[in-house]
Amino acid sequence: MEVFIQQVINGITIGSLYGLIAIGYTMVFGIIGMVNFAHGDVFMVSAFFALIFFLALTAWLGIASITITLLIVMVISMVLTGLLSWAIERIAYSPLRGSFRLAPLISAIGMSIVLSNFVQVAQGPRNKPIPPMVRETFTLWENNGYAVTISLKQVIIMAVTAVLLVAFWYMVQKTALGRAQRACEQDRKMAGLLGINVDRTISLTFVIGAALAAVAGTLYLMYYGVVHFADGFTPGVKAFTAAVLGGIGSLPGAVLGGLLIGLIETLWGQYVSADYQNVAAFSILVIVLIFMPQGLLGRPEVEKV
Amino acid sequence: MTSNTTKKAGPDLGKAFKDAILAGIIAFALLGPLIGLKTDQNMDNQLVLVNNMPVALIFVALVMVGRFLLAAFIYPAIAAKGAKSKAAVSLAELEAKAKRTKRLSLGGLVFLFVYPMLILALFGVQGSIKWVDNFGVQILIYVMLGWGLNIVIGLAGLLDLGYVAFYAVGAYSYALLAINFHLSFWVLLPLAGILASFWGMILGFPVLRLRGDYLAIVTLAFGEIIRLVLINWKDFSGGSAGISSIPKVSLFGLYSFDMGATNNFAKAFHLAASSAYYKVFLYYLILLLALLTAFVTTRLRKLPIGRAWEALREDEVACRSLGINTTNTKLTAFAIGAMFGGFAGSFFAARQGFVSPESFVFMESAVIVAIVVLGGMGSMIGVALAAVAMIGGTELLRELSFLKAVFGDDFNPDQFRMLLFGLAMVVIMVWKPRGFISARQPTAFLFEKKTISGDLVKEGHG
Repeated sequence: MEVFIQQVINGITIGSLYGLIAIGYTMVFGIIGMVNFAHGDVFMVSAFFALIFFLALTAWLGIASITITLLIVMVISMVLTGLLSWAIERIAYSPLRGSFRLAPLISAIGMSIVLSNFVQVAQGPRNKPIPPMVRETFTLWENNGYAVTISLKQVIIMAVTAVLLVAFWYMVQKTALGRAQRACEQDRKMAGLLGINVDRTISLTFVIGAALAAVAGTLYLMYYGVVHFADGFTPGVKAFTAAVLGGIGSLPGAVLGGLLIGLIETLWGQYVSADYQNVAAFSILVIVLIFMPQGLLGRPEVEKV
Repeated sequence: MTSNTTKKAGPDLGKAFKDAILAGIIAFALLGPLIGLKTDQNMDNQLVLVNNMPVALIFVALVMVGRFLLAAFIYPAIAAKGAKSKAAVSLAELEAKAKRTKRLSLGGLVFLFVYPMLILALFGVQGSIKWVDNFGVQILIYVMLGWGLNIVIGLAGLLDLGYVAFYAVGAYSYALLAINFHLSFWVLLPLAGILASFWGMILGFPVLRLRGDYLAIVTLAFGEIIRLVLINWKDFSGGSAGISSIPKVSLFGLYSFDMGATNNFAKAFHLAASSAYYKVFLYYLILLLALLTAFVTTRLRKLPIGRAWEALREDEVACRSLGINTTNTKLTAFAIGAMFGGFAGSFFAARQGFVSPESFVFMESAVIVAIVVLGGMGSMIGVALAAVAMIGGTELLRELSFLKAVFGDDFNPDQFRMLLFGLAMVVIMVWKPRGFISARQPTAFLFEKKTISGDLVKEGHG
């Protein structure tokens, strides 16, 4: 039982990260119907931004307070990653709007190759470990010598994710930008006729998705203490799985899917086979897409002629 | 950042300048940290930042200059050209073009057959290895994979991102069966094809209902699952260590290319011992396999099943309402495409003498998809040209070691291979979303023969 609860805590932590990344996939798919294949690599680049500015702040400027460092790093990473995603959208995706259906997907695959290989060339192919930022661990309870613990890192991840999701939900539901986004999602042409700047809305969608991925990237760096140029692919595919599982296009679905994927992955690793952990995640993707393509909270797709 | 060009005659330098400044600011914000502050481990294994800002500034300057040239000269030129070329192309012109392509492909074919002889004559026996192996065989493998995948993507319109799985099935079938049962390549080649097409059907069956992006992602997941199983099922596949000392191909059992064998090819013909003969033999083998793929594809296009594929690609709903069995149509596309992937895989295993899951990562699938799409989906010549340009181009990068003299010893052109590959993918997609060769010859005609440009087809992904 203690092991189970421990794994649930771990699973929710990872799941929160997947959820944050998944929102980027689901928003972009909702608004322009495209799988943003490069999103996982955008997440990886954001972790590198966080790494670089973490080192710059601690080693060069000598800021001792870890809270302040973490906050500054996160904000910088969000801004830069948002900018990166904006530039990518402008360069690689927006010229292809209205082109044939697979063109943006292929351009996105190209972009994903560019990002991971660019980071490999610019920052080197090795793992990038940093000293642990947060060390505290709390014991929740102890039984038969097995202690269920939750680390401060995990608390931070869950708290930041929860706060961001509330803020994000408020933005989508209550602000003008959120209304514009939802309008574009329903009918882009009509939204344009009603005076919504569709191009701007799409660009901002990419920026917001990337900013959330940057939060995930910073938290990922804090949690694992290491980042590598190829780290974008697997979390990216898993987050996409989360988005599909929750119902692509649905924002609460993305978070729910992320948590479920995180839980399934850690529990599978604990009880079935650690070697086949990733196989489990990919199999879920296949099974969900085949038997339940609309996902848990998504709308069924209507086939139009 | 679209250019306003049609109104003014001369280039709008002021606006271009503003664009360039903006691009420079963005480039500095992004490249400044990523290039300018390199993370490196010091003696104590601690990560430290190394100031690399001058390099970053060079790149920022390049971005600014590039952006300025684009906005000031290139976009206006494209816009001016676009306004002119909207006029309809006459039928005679198109037919002349088709004839030219035909002559070009015939010439190319002759060149392919004499290429190794030419190289042997030019560089001698030992010097030919690099050119025949790295450029000839390597490119032809991708031409064959591209043509095989072209059946699935180009003809049937099913975006398969897990094609490398079938390549892996073919390679492991040959490797395992040849080592454990001592069967010859010529027995195992068809067997590997059959096994791969069997897997094509197994994987194809569940994804029949899916379309477009979803299909792409599921096939990607399948490809990854197969690779992960190959890594983890160590008793079966040797895990990530792979399988080594896979037997070589023999010349139909008559002559062997093993150095110690009594019927060694070089010995039998009293030639100096060299691995070059094996490479030349492999070159002709893969050339024939690739041509087989091309032959079967062009023939299949004229059969009902080929027409059904193309109908499926253009409009699935219309296809179904006309009574075409979409299940069978999709499955045959998957199975036949997979079969050629299996052939190429068993050839790959025999050529390398070693297989490991490393060779079947997602990036390989992406490269093959890129070749098919960039070449112009459905166009055989386009796919071949794309394979030559992309694989040959990236192989050429290995030859650029003289640049070390310019950039210092740390400079390794090889590491830019995939980066340039990805860039080429994006640039070609943005510039020519339909690929190099986008005009298509319809297989069925109503009243008269005509060629249409791929740009005129709406949903046809090819």
